[in-house]
Formats: sequence, structure tokens, C-alpha cells
Amino acid sequence: MKKTMYEKIWDSHLVVEVDGQAPLIYVDRHLMHEVTSPQAFEGLRLANRKVRNPHSILATMDHCVPTKNRHLPIPDPIARKQVEVMAENCAENGLNLYDMKNPNNGVIHVVVPEHGFVHPGMVVVCGDSHTATHGAFGALAFGIGTSEVEHVMATQTLPQQKSKTMLVQVNGKLSKYSSAKDIALAIIGKIGTAGGTGHVIEYAGEAIKLLSMEGRMTLCNMAIEAGARAGLVAPDEKTYEYLKGKEFAPKGNQWDQALAYWQSLPSDEGAVFDSIITLDAADIAPQVSWGTSPEQVIGVDGCVPAPESFDNEGKRKACESALAYMGLTANTKMTDIPVDLVFIGSCTNGRIEDFRIAAEVTKGTKVAEGVKAIAVPGSYHVKHQAEDEGLDKIFIEAGWEWRDPGCSMCLAMNGDELTKGQRSASTSNRNFEGRQGKGGRTHLVSPAMAAAAAAAGHFVDIRTFG
Amino acid sequence: MEPYRKHESIAALMNRSNVDTDQIIPKQFLKRVERSGFGAHLFHDWRFNDDGSDNSEFELNKPVFKGAKILVVGDNFGCGSSREHAPWAIADYGFNTIISTSYADIFYNNCFKNGILPIKVNDQQLAALMAEISANEGVCFVVDLENQQVTTPAGNGFAFDIDPFRKGNLLSGLDDIGLTLKHVDEIGAYEEQHKKTFPWLWAQ
Repeated sequence: MKKTMYEKIWDSHLVVEVDGQAPLIYVDRHLMHEVTSPQAFEGLRLANRKVRNPHSILATMDHCVPTKNRHLPIPDPIARKQVEVMAENCAENGLNLYDMKNPNNGVIHVVVPEHGFVHPGMVVVCGDSHTATHGAFGALAFGIGTSEVEHVMATQTLPQQKSKTMLVQVNGKLSKYSSAKDIALAIIGKIGTAGGTGHVIEYAGEAIKLLSMEGRMTLCNMAIEAGARAGLVAPDEKTYEYLKGKEFAPKGNQWDQALAYWQSLPSDEGAVFDSIITLDAADIAPQVSWGTSPEQVIGVDGCVPAPESFDNEGKRKACESALAYMGLTANTKMTDIPVDLVFIGSCTNGRIEDFRIAAEVTKGTKVAEGVKAIAVPGSYHVKHQAEDEGLDKIFIEAGWEWRDPGCSMCLAMNGDELTKGQRSASTSNRNFEGRQGKGGRTHLVSPAMAAAAAAAGHFVDIRTFG
Repeated sequence: MEPYRKHESIAALMNRSNVDTDQIIPKQFLKRVERSGFGAHLFHDWRFNDDGSDNSEFELNKPVFKGAKILVVGDNFGCGSSREHAPWAIADYGFNTIISTSYADIFYNNCFKNGILPIKVNDQQLAALMAEISANEGVCFVVDLENQQVTTPAGNGFAFDIDPFRKGNLLSGLDDIGLTLKHVDEIGAYEEQHKKTFPWLWAQ
């Protein structure tokens, strides 16, 4: 039988099927951060259970950590306690933790690939919806709740219902100024935030093949914003090249053995998907979100839509309330919208390639008056690499703040946040009400678009910038 | 976990779609290391004014909805972040049943781990239930999990589907982990095979 990549991974991880119950799936890698794990450790302790395979776990601290004055204690006592509890839990259970001061520290979904901890064909989980990121390697990677975190620690398995499969085919080449982020937003704009519910998406086509590993991570990261359980990209030479020599990558003979397995993973020619979506990459303009859901997005050359332009009542209502919250008027040109704050970073766009592109746009510019711009590398490795390449100087000379790594303004748990009514251009993944601070207004964009907005003080079409 | 059987309760209405978990429980409350106490912060940014007083415009602050265990909401409820703090907050506030056309996957799974029954209905059924509540705020529905039946005074009742395994767990209040550990021998056997097939995963 011809199989999709998802079906191949599913079949090889099926532990047991019992009548009337969800099948048990084996978990190869379990990623952790401080926010969604403490109650799981508490549950284990109360039930007198142990972590079954400590080597399957890699943990970091990212959500609550300050991105400046890292040498000082965390000012927020509740956040401080949460990171302390994380350290205690990891020490007690013998887990590999990259704590705040560790040179490997950073955002979990940036750190894990840097060390080659995820390989093609694995099942990977984390108490974090953006676990989908690791689908870029051809691994089945998805977010779980804290009860499931506890379940995986205790049993190394999860009861799972098999998902449906969706093929998102992106044909042709992107224009020079569009990026993986724009593909991700354009797909969500097309299918909606519930478009992928119950599905695992496989991204394919020329435009996906041409993306770097960083770009594929950006794309798969936002599979969850399309409602999908996970995103997948077939592994290829770029994947193997990226992994080779990394700390947790296979070595010696085992590399050849692993490679042979990885090469067997791509979906078979003629495998059947439950649904297929097709986009033409050449049509994807640089995107900007205008509302409070990632599906409320449009090309930068467009205008804020009017509620009456939607034929569905739910969407009309959602548009009305989004415009009210965002303080926008229908039919305003996207390029006429001013910004107060620009954020480059997050597990979506906090990798070296993102800072290179943003630095290229930023070089020789100044941050517009009244605008605050912060660059938050996804990890210390990204930070140091950028510094070795002199990118930090470009940002600092232009008036940007150059910070330590963390989730930072993506979800504003660590003190970096918008105040009421402030408007951001953000390379993160969610523009929900209050996501970046109560009353804050978020516009999702690519790193190049964010950098251009910082210099201009409003959104600009990167294709005509400079 | 409390077993879930049959109950009659006020049904509260929130006619909003794509309610995300950032709204259900905003991030500033995710720093706690306990499972309890999140109900006080449920829908915080909508529920309270800047000065901390109750926002009288917010649906759930209507006195008629006080004590409701059933929440009737628009499409794609619980989208966004995987935070289980969302169902913890919902359960801690007092809801044990949600009725909507659709849920985000992770949120849907998380509900069952916390004794919450998320019922799926079609567009017409949801519209009828919403209309019934709007016309008669404070109305009580009966939810019978055993017989998979919801009944309402105006006759908008319906039978609902639910995965039998999940239904069984809700009815018994059983711990998932205990259930999985019954298969510990199969897990061990799988692992031995896994080590032979994928030795590079066990090299560290």
C-alpha cells in the first residue's frame, strides 16, 4: 500500500492497539519548558511514578526569562519560583536542562534543532503548541497538554487517535521579498485557523524544497495556527546536511543506518491524502495581519477589509470586533498603519537567517522617531553567531535593542510587553487580543517586513523599500 | 477526577467564535506551579475592568448565568496555545460541559483529562441552543453522558457522539496513566524492538 510520510511514522510508532481504546503511540523525544511542566512533575510525585526514559528529554527555560539584566534575580517572584521549580524537577529526575545561564539556553524550538536532538521519522512532543516546528525535519512533532506531559514521562507513550492528512502544495518560486513566514500566513489566510483541525499537514512543492531548514521550521511552526496537529516536510539533502555533526546526530556507522531509514520516509508517489490545497508561490506577497486571528491577514499592498466584504456572518462579526480592538478603519491601506514597537524573535522567526535578513534591511537605516525596536535572538548560539557576523552592530547603530534569548514579546510573560493601545510589527505567531500585553495590538509579519517597518515607522512594502 | 454522569444545570451563552486559550486564561497567570486556583482568572481580560471590578458587559458576569455548569460557545473554541491551564480554569470556575460546533485539537484532548465534556453539535443545533438561551436566560439543560443525550425545555435536545473510550473514562473518572501502564509489558517489548531498529536513538 502506498503511504504518506505521516502514515509511515505512525505505523512505526504503534505500540499497542486495544479494542475500544485509542492506540498507544511511542514517543522518541520529549521537549520541556518551565510553564507547562511543573504540574506534571507534581502528578508523578503524588502517584509515586518515575520518568521512564530521562534521555528522551531535553529541557530549557524560555517563557519567563528576562531578556536583559540576566545576571540579576528574576524580578517577578512567581516567575522566579517557576524557573527554580524547573531546575529542581530536572535535577531530581536526572534530566538534561539548559537553564538561564547555560550557554545552550534559548527558546526550546530554536535550541532543540541546534543540537540535532530531533531527527526525521521521530515522534516528538512538548507541552507547547509550537512543537510543530520540528516537522521541518520530517518528524511527527506536536503539542500536548500538561496531563499528557505527565503521561509521556511515566509511560513514554500517548494514547492518540490517527489524524487525517492534508497536502499543502506550494508550486513555483517565491518572489525575492517573500519568505517562509509569508507562505505560512498566506496558507492560514486561505484555509483559516480551523482549516487544518484534525489533520497533519505535509508541505510540498518547489517553493518548499527551496526553503532553507530555518525557513521550513518557520513554516511548520505555524501549522498549529492553521489548526493542524502537526506540519511535515519531507527530509532531503538539506536536512541531512543540517544534522550532520550536531551533538545528538547519529555518528559513524549509525549515521549511514539512520540515513537509509530517513531516505525511506518521504510519502510514496501516489499516496492518498484526505485533502489537498494548492498555492502558487509567485502570488504570495509579503503578508501583514490586520486582525486578532492569524487568518485575518492580507498582502501588504492591500487594505484593511470591511466587515461587509465577508459573506459569512461569523467572519463579518469577527472582522467588526477585530477592527474595534485593533483601532483600525476599513479600507485603510496597510502601508498607512503606523507602528509603536517592532519585535524580531520567537520560535517562529528567531533564527540566524531571520537576523541576517533583518540586518540586511536595517543596514544604514535608523529606527523611526517614537518607535521602539527590539531584537531577541532565539538562543545564545544564534546571538553569538550574529555577533560574530557583526549583525548586532547593525541593529544597535540603527537604534535597536539587542537582547538575550527568550520567548519575550511573543507572549509577553517575561515583562517585555505592549501597553494598552500600542501597536506592534511582530515576527511572532499569534495576534490574539492581549497576547503581547493587555490592549496591545499585534501585526504579524516576516523579519524583513518588521525591519522595514522599524525604519519607516509604518508598514512598508518591502518590495519597494530602500 | 470526579466521575461525570448526568446533571441539570444553567447553560451560559458566549456567542463568540475562535475563542483562543490566551483569552481563556491570559499568560500572566501561567506562572503558577499548582493545578488549582485558575478559575478566578478565567477570561480575565474580558471579565474584569482595568481597576479589577467586574465588567458588566461581559456575558458570564450576568447574574442569571451564575452557577452555570454548561457553556455554549461559537466555532473553533480553545484555539491557539496548548496550555492546559485553560481547561483547569474552566473546570475550576465550575463548568463541566461545553457545547460548540468545533474545538481546537489540543484543547479538546485536554478537556477529557479534566472531567470536562466537550459536546460537538452542528450549525443548526448550535443556533437553536443559542436562540433558546437568548430568549430565556437562565434556562437549564440536562446533559446525560450515559445515554449521550442533551434535553432542553424548548425541545432543542439532541443526541451527541463521543468516542467510547473517552466516554468510559469520563463516566468512571479513571486515570489515563494507570490505564496505559496496564500495557507496560507491551511498551517494554516495543522498546526492545525499537532499540534494534533505531539504535542511533539510543546511542547517547
